[in-house]
This record gives sequence, C-alpha cells and structure tokens, in this order.
Amino acid sequence: MIPDLGKYTATVLSAYGASIALLILLVWASLRASKKARQALEKVERKDG
Amino acid sequence: MKALLLRDLKLAFRSGGGFGLGLAFFLIVAVLVPFGVGPENDLLAKIAAGVLWLGALLACLLSLDRIFALDWEDGSLDLLATSPLPLEAVCGVKALAHWLTTGLPLTLAAPVLGLLLSLPETGYVWLVTSLALGTPALSVIGCFGAALTVGIKRGGLLLSLLVLPLYVPTLIFGAEVARRGTEGLAVSGPLALLAGISLAVIAVLPFVSALVLRINLR
Amino acid sequence: MASIWEYANPVKFMRLTDRVLPVVALGAAVCMVAGLIWGFFLTPDDFRQGSTVKIIYLHVPAALIAINAWFVMLVASLVWFIRRHHVSALVAKAAAPVGAVMTLIALITGAIWGEPMWGTWWVWDPRLTSFLILFLFYLGYIALWEAIESPDTAADLTAVLCLVGSVFAVLSRYAVNFWNQGLHQGASVLRAGAVTGSDTEEKVSNVFAVPLFVCIAGFVLLFLALVLLRTRTEIRKRRTAALIARERLV
Repeated sequence: MIPDLGKYTATVLSAYGASIALLILLVWASLRASKKARQALEKVERKDG
Repeated sequence: MKALLLRDLKLAFRSGGGFGLGLAFFLIVAVLVPFGVGPENDLLAKIAAGVLWLGALLACLLSLDRIFALDWEDGSLDLLATSPLPLEAVCGVKALAHWLTTGLPLTLAAPVLGLLLSLPETGYVWLVTSLALGTPALSVIGCFGAALTVGIKRGGLLLSLLVLPLYVPTLIFGAEVARRGTEGLAVSGPLALLAGISLAVIAVLPFVSALVLRINLR
Repeated sequence: MASIWEYANPVKFMRLTDRVLPVVALGAAVCMVAGLIWGFFLTPDDFRQGSTVKIIYLHVPAALIAINAWFVMLVASLVWFIRRHHVSALVAKAAAPVGAVMTLIALITGAIWGEPMWGTWWVWDPRLTSFLILFLFYLGYIALWEAIESPDTAADLTAVLCLVGSVFAVLSRYAVNFWNQGLHQGASVLRAGAVTGSDTEEKVSNVFAVPLFVCIAGFVLLFLALVLLRTRTEIRKRRTAALIARERLV
C-alpha cells in the first residue's frame, strides 16, 4: 500500500508522522477547549434562565 | 527629572540594588566559559567577543524587572504617572538609570574580562565601542519589557521570554562588530546598523513603554 | 448595507460562524486528505531528492501559514487598537497557538528533510534561524496572554507586543541575513541541492505543484477553521465569565 520510498522511507514517514500528530493534537485541543467552554456557558445560562 | 534619575541611581547602589549583581554575573560568565569549552587560548580568542556580548546581554536581563516592579509595589509609579513629568520622560529616565547602573559598568568591565578570555588585541576597541553603542538599546528594550510585565506577579521569567527575542538584532549586530573588529575586517556596516537600531529604539520605545504603563495603571 | 464591521458584534459573529465553520472545516478536511494522499501516494520521486520531496506537501504550507498567522494577528491587533472590537482581539489570541504549531511543523519537517539532503539536522541558515525566532515570538505572545488576568488589559498589552514584535521580527530577519553572510558566505552551496520556500516554486514542476496547491488550500482552510473555532471558544468563555460576574453582583 505504501509507495516505495527507497532509502528515505524513515525520513519521509517520520516527517509525515510528526506533522500529522501535531496537527491532530492541535485540532483535538481546540475541540476540547471548545466543548468545555460550551458546556460551561450552558451551565451558567441554565442557572440564569 | 534629575531628581528621579538620582533617586533611581541611589536605589540601585544601595544594598539589594542591581548594580553589583549584574557585574558579578558578567564576571562569573566570563570565568565559567573556559570551564565549559576548555582552556585552549586559540579557541577562547575566537569566541571571546561573542561570549562577552552574550554575557553582557544576560547581565542586563538580570536587573530588568527592578526597573518598574518596586515602584509598582509601593505605589510610587502611580505618583509618577500623576506627576507633571510626562510618563514618556519617566520611561526614558528609568531606562537611562538602568543603563548607567548596568550597561555602562559592563562596557567598562568588558576589556578586563576580555583579558581573561584572551581576546586578541585588535578586538578591545571594537568590543568596547559595540557595547557602548549597543547596551543603551538593551536597556530601552528591556524597559519596554518591564513595562509590559509590571502588573504580573513573578513576571521575571516571562520578562526574559518576551525580551530575549527582541534582543536578537542588537546582539547580532553588536557581536558582529566585535567579531569583525577582532578579525581586523571592516566594521562600518554593522556598526552603522547597530547605531541605527540603538537610536531608533531610544527615540521610539519610551513612548511605547509609557503607553503600556498607562494600560497597566488603568 | 451590511458592512464587515457588523461581524465585530459577538452575537452576529457567532451566528455567522455557526453556518460558516462546518463548511470551512469540511473543506479543510477534504483538501488536506486529498492533497496529502495525492502528494504521498501519487506523485513520482524527484530525480535528485528521491522520495524526500514528498515532505514538501507539509513543509511549504506549514511555513506559509506560520508567517501569515502572524500577519493575521498583526491586523487583528491593529483593528482592536483602532476600533476596539473585542472579537478582533480574540481572533489574534486564537491565531497564536495555531501559528506556533505551524512554525513547529515547518521547523521539524525542515530538520527531518535537511538531515538526508544537507547532511545535518540544522544549519544556521537565515531562513531557518528566522523561523526559530518567529517561534520564540509566538511563545512570548501566548505566555503574555496567559499571564494577565484582566481580559482588556491582556488584549491591549498583547496587541502592543504584537506590533513591536512585528517590527523586531522583520529587523531580525534582515539582521540574520546579514549575520549569516558575514559568518560564512558558503551557506548557499549547502542550499544548492535544497528546496525551500521561494526557490521551490520556480523549480517545482506541475506534477508536484498541483497537489502542493491543494495542500496549501487545505492548510489555509484548516487555519481558518481552527481560528474560528478557537475564537468561538474565547467568546463563550468571556460570556460565561460575564454571566458569573453579573450573578455575583445581583
């Protein structure tokens, strides 16, 4: 499935791995913060109204 | 203005002031470097100018948080802000006092430490010149950083993080002057750029620092 | 006539982004997956660089976003300063971590790429060095936001830092250029076989360019989506804090 990367297999894969891991981490952290903020706001608003 | 300057100088010279601290730190850096890189005189001669610049920069950093922190804590900063003296002038004077108590002594001490690091003879003039031109910029930029972090408790580390990237151009040109001077190359290019940075920074940043202080005092 | 400033109203901003965000996020996902798969599986190897050329699909878009994220922060800070729109300040805050991560990706992929190509993970090449400095600027900016409690003071101070930092970042870029030429003229020899930034765009043939553009579009959309998402988070946090404060008053 993975194309033949020749002698640079480790190089290319580690670059992709590191970048994608960082991107996923960033997206995950953003989503989690968003969810937390939404829940906190809902809680406060419910108490208010 | 003069009174403020004298007051700041007096405070710095008193015990607990930053005066001796910066110098001692500078000395220690110069002494520790040979332990770190080995005692070969050739190697030391090559890196002496850069090491001294770096040491001076870090020594400057040490006393930055004192520029405003004490005045902030005891409220004299509020007094200064309401005094007839414009806050821009206060920032300028504070930076000047900082330079007189750290930058200037560091510049004067540098040749002695150059001796310790076997700086080549050609380097002394340019090392002192570049430090004399560059350290005012370090003080003024640091004053801006101190103004930014004045309201933050234990802001010392944050101050370093903010100020160090801002020091990059000054360090590059300053060390370049010292290195080229040491190697006997032409120095006019980086020297002009270093002087340019210093002058621009001295002209503009006190206003920005005053703006930042006003935000913090709001 | 609706002006763009209407969206400075948090409520309107939330309503608009409610609809826009899913579209942008979907576009980002599609473009990134398509671009990266295309780039990784379906492009040939470069005759000189072998398969390492595939790193370009991550490196160049990340670097592009890394710089432009700072521009976004700069513009947002200016808008905050001039027009005092809170959403603008929050956009600047939201963009910073994204920019920092992109800078990190550009640095890491660059180092991994440099190892086989230049024979070293790191050279103090002007471009590499400026990116490292840019990363430090991002860290300082984020740290200042975190350190200040009062939101308006934080917005003001970080805006000033962003403006001053921009000037110094540009200054550093030139200083670093100068410094490296002064140090060793031969740096360009090292880079002759290397592909970075603008050198590439001229050299890259169409086989590589099309998936690269798809990847760039994907990264831009991803950046947009993340900034919108994070700005919404910040707006909600503000609203929560405001409601709690009001409750205490009553």
